[in-house]
Amino acid sequence: MDAAAAKLLGAGIATFGMGLAALGVGVIFGLFLQGALRNPAAANSQRPNLLFGFAVTEALGIFSFLVALILLFVV
Amino acid sequence: MANPLEQFEITPLVPLRLAGYDVSFTNSAGFMTLILLLVVGFLFMGTRRLALVPGRWQAAVEELHDFVGGMIDENIGPKGRPFLPFIFALFLFILVSNLVGLFPYSFTVTSHIAVTFAFAAFIFVLCIGIGFAKHGLHFFELFVPPQTPIVLLPLIVLIEIISYLSRPLTLSVRLFANMTAGHILLEVFAGFIISLGLAGGAAMLLAPLPFLMNVMLYALELLVAVVQAYVFALLTCVYLNDSINLAH
Repeated sequence: MDAAAAKLLGAGIATFGMGLAALGVGVIFGLFLQGALRNPAAANSQRPNLLFGFAVTEALGIFSFLVALILLFVV
Repeated sequence: MANPLEQFEITPLVPLRLAGYDVSFTNSAGFMTLILLLVVGFLFMGTRRLALVPGRWQAAVEELHDFVGGMIDENIGPKGRPFLPFIFALFLFILVSNLVGLFPYSFTVTSHIAVTFAFAAFIFVLCIGIGFAKHGLHFFELFVPPQTPIVLLPLIVLIEIISYLSRPLTLSVRLFANMTAGHILLEVFAGFIISLGLAGGAAMLLAPLPFLMNVMLYALELLVAVVQAYVFALLTCVYLNDSINLAH
């Protein structure tokens, strides 16, 4: 397999990481909604934590996108 | 279809050479100057005629100031007040540069790893410097979580050091990759609109679909721009807290 084909395959495989990160983001928002429906008064105070958790989790998915970009355009 | 990476090209606006180095005034530098003027202009307009009961500009500036102040109080505590101007400037710069990048034909300053890594490296060196200045060699207690069994200590310390060293990397890559990925997505769907329109005939009827997708993506990108600026500033406060208070 020549290098160019291997790079494209690697970039394609790297997209699995984004799917897993998407699951993680869904878990965060789902649990927030669950807690918010049980205790609506406390929901607003936790919104900063929600956004922070979402950003940190999504970052990991973006890292796998970065790997795909590096494989396609840098290496 | 246009190359989606073309929008990130740095082009020299005013070519300059100094001692063999290319120090041109680039479009990136031009946009940074624009962002500086926007931020300073906003703050200047807001503090021109200070009144006890604030008008709208002043209320906006005060709101931003209190927001960042609250973030610092929550995460660092009273010892963090001296860092308020730094975190405020950092937050405003990243927020405005993320938002300016969403305008058509503009350039996103924070979509380059050079820019975001400069921020993150500065913050990392600042945290280490503050840690050693305040605590001396006790700074290394940061890597030893309390109540770890002695048997696990070497492994835990190694893991803690590695995760500490990865902080500037994750901080910079999070912001850079979010901005880059968002803008590539926008350009790819915009390219679809053009391709479908040029195909003519029945394909032209499908052209509004990528347009709608782009509208929704713009909403998402607005959210991402604001959230990424907030998260960058928040993580900076958390890292400063680790250095100032040695909290774990």
